[in-house]
Amino acid sequence: MVEWTDFERATIKDIFSKIQYEEVGPAALSRCLVVYPWTQRYFGNFGNLYNAAAIMANPLVAKHGTTILHGLDRAMKNMDNIKETYAELSVLHSEKLHVDPDNFRLLADCLTIVLAARMGSDFSGEVQAAFQKFMSVVVSSLGRQYH
Amino acid sequence: MSSLTAKDKETVKAFWAKMASKAQDIGADALNRMLIVYPQTKTYFSHWKDLSPGSAQVLKHGKTVMGGVEYAVTQLDDLKAGLLSLSELHAFTLRVDPANFKILSHNILVVMAITFPEDFTPEVHVCMDKFLASLALALAEKYR
Repeated sequence: MVEWTDFERATIKDIFSKIQYEEVGPAALSRCLVVYPWTQRYFGNFGNLYNAAAIMANPLVAKHGTTILHGLDRAMKNMDNIKETYAELSVLHSEKLHVDPDNFRLLADCLTIVLAARMGSDFSGEVQAAFQKFMSVVVSSLGRQYH
Repeated sequence: MSSLTAKDKETVKAFWAKMASKAQDIGADALNRMLIVYPQTKTYFSHWKDLSPGSAQVLKHGKTVMGGVEYAVTQLDDLKAGLLSLSELHAFTLRVDPANFKILSHNILVVMAITFPEDFTPEVHVCMDKFLASLALALAEKYR
């Protein structure tokens, strides 16, 4: 089981309380599709992803980015139980969506950078470490049911 | 890993020009963060007295590393040749596992995002990520 310090719990809850899911989610997903273009392979039916401008303006990308953030919200609300909370999602990503789990790490890195830009100096090394740990658990849990 | 296109090089140089005056601080902050967020990287600095955030040694070394990155910006047309001696240093003397170059690169990008929240767009991000990845590759050239 993952051990969380009080600082880590408080930090994660604080981060999620301060962000707009409909803003951060789309920003993180669209950044991932631009910075790691091979991730576009999973979004063949999303329409126009031809260049960065198109990706950032794409409403399906925006909608999915928001969905992802709401998914992370569930992990934030169940920090002592992320593996179990994500078991079904993991099966979905493996069996139905066939997403290479390495992509979860890429999206996590982009989300980190989006948060850093929004939080500025509040995104201290210690806050970054707490968020990195949280995302590592999320990424690991999402990949857990792959076989 | 692909090499940098002409447009990539333009973007890297333009963004670097913006950040040049803050480069040393960015390097220090990135190294600091790396030691906090990825504590396994501290193993390379066991000979330092003080690894706490903001210690003089950490700040100084962050500046040294960023000086190397700054030099790499002037060698974009042939990073392998330009970074030859730095590669030999890292391969034979420092023997840093190249996986750590990725870790430090990530932290440099995080600090860039913090320092330039508006300018560090996805387009700039992808170019800087490509640049740092090419730099890392050139640095690992002499390893084996």
